[in-house]
Amino acid sequence: MKRQKIMETGMKWLFALCACMSIVAVVLICIFLFANGIPAMQEIGFLDFLTGTQWAPKNEPASYGILPMIVGSLCVTLGAVVIGVPIGVLTAVYLSRFCPKKLHGVLEPLVRLMAGIPSIIYGFFGLVVMVPLARLIPRCTGVSMFTAAVLLGIMILPTVINLSESAIRAVPQSYYEGALALGATHERAVFFAVLPAAKSGLLAAVVLGIGRAIGETMAVIMVAGNQPAMPRGIFKGIRTMTANIVMEMGYATGLHREALIATGVVLFIFILLINFAFAMIKKRGEKV
Amino acid sequence: MSNSANGAMTLRGTSVRAGRRDNQPGSTQGLQSLLLRALVYGSAFFTFAVLMFLIGYILIRGIPYLTPELFSLEYTSENCSMLPSIITTVEMTLLSLLIAIPISVFTAVYLVEYAKKGNKLVGLMRLTAETLSGIPSIVYGLFGMLFFVTQIGWKMSLLSGALTLSIMILPLIMRSTEEALLAVPDMYREASFGLGAGKLRTVFRIVLPSAMPGILAGIILAVGRVVGETAALIYTAGTATEIPLNLLDSGRTLAVHMYCLSSEGLHTNQAYATAVVLLLIVLVMNTVSALIARKLTKK
Repeated sequence: MKRQKIMETGMKWLFALCACMSIVAVVLICIFLFANGIPAMQEIGFLDFLTGTQWAPKNEPASYGILPMIVGSLCVTLGAVVIGVPIGVLTAVYLSRFCPKKLHGVLEPLVRLMAGIPSIIYGFFGLVVMVPLARLIPRCTGVSMFTAAVLLGIMILPTVINLSESAIRAVPQSYYEGALALGATHERAVFFAVLPAAKSGLLAAVVLGIGRAIGETMAVIMVAGNQPAMPRGIFKGIRTMTANIVMEMGYATGLHREALIATGVVLFIFILLINFAFAMIKKRGEKV
Repeated sequence: MSNSANGAMTLRGTSVRAGRRDNQPGSTQGLQSLLLRALVYGSAFFTFAVLMFLIGYILIRGIPYLTPELFSLEYTSENCSMLPSIITTVEMTLLSLLIAIPISVFTAVYLVEYAKKGNKLVGLMRLTAETLSGIPSIVYGLFGMLFFVTQIGWKMSLLSGALTLSIMILPLIMRSTEEALLAVPDMYREASFGLGAGKLRTVFRIVLPSAMPGILAGIILAVGRVVGETAALIYTAGTATEIPLNLLDSGRTLAVHMYCLSSEGLHTNQAYATAVVLLLIVLVMNTVSALIARKLTKK
């Protein structure tokens, strides 16, 4: 009897210990990123690092300005949102309000499949299909901000669709019925009664989509061109923060390497802010 | 969910009748409805057309290049064999699951069965798990490189890569396990207690077995994530082409292999073939996971 009691308490503590692992992981990630990144930022100078427009680690003296990459990441993400969010939300509307039930049983796993396709495959697809297509646009270099934005727009579709669909399904049926009773068509009822009520869920979908887009690495590397200079136009090459890290980490040493880790820190801070915004929106949605 | 879908179907029937006046040609509202409908159908068509095109294109272009040399045991720069990286992928997957499954399942057990509501620590656990699921893989890669590779000194190895990945899939398995545990009716637990079983025995003999399909579906999703991962592995597991024979050897998984092939730009055909294999693995994983999930909802 006593042995059983010891077992019970022991296992309870083991479970609790395991549950603490995610806290440990987040703390470790923060400590190691910041401890390795912040000193480099101090050495380069916070302002020079964040607002310098020249990234030339091989120059004498080397300059480490990551503004081009920050702007690059933001531009590509914005493009992805402009493309991915409307299509994603409308597809979610289709899946939740227009689609016959039988077809839904086929399409829903497809959305999940879309989420499961590795980013390297999306990148490869972008490289062999979208880049040659983009070259057909006059003055477009093929590998460009435009190509990256379209590819990322496609990649965030499953995230946006999933979250928007559950947001739309969570709207009480009476909203829709009320709109019908007032003489609205099916479409107008969905768009002007149901969608506004799902506002906060849709916003959460957009925020999570932004998080996915800004953190995407492998696909972007393959289609963005990766020139470390300030973006000169939508049809020109661009480098994101994520690409900067992966491309140069292989051979970087000393301050160069630390500057790359510092780039990761900046990216991480962006992600934390986005996560925070997502949590806030969700919390507000739960309260109402 | 099925009920609400049925409701929408019957209501749509009503809506056509109710909105007939609205739909008359020439009325601006009818025009607007038509436009909205076109937008919705167009977007849905675009989404699934892109997916189908992507899968079809890679399969059609890649399958002809699936030659026997691509599956020889040794990698050379001539044959670009992917068999070593397939084996590495299997090793990597098993190892990271071995680490991640106990931790994430126990975490879920703690959160659902033991934790008291409103506990500050529990709130923190959920918050950090959610944070983990939002962190992009490149940040995991950086962390793995700084912590496992450099700080602990495991170099670029199977172990460093697997540990990095196991942190990454932790929230994935945890969430699906948590949902599965919550779906187990309290009746089961009460009956078990009523027969004199302790809490621990109830958890292992009653709750976990009945939640098994849900846990399994989560694990399979995690496998898909591990198989497709590149950014977190390049600088933690490295890109060595041999099959790693012990935990501290470096090795490239299939996805990393594909990145190397396509970024070198010399072996596009082999890259196509590798993409086919990768895509097939993901397809199978997703189908299995969907089948399990379907079985679950039917019950």
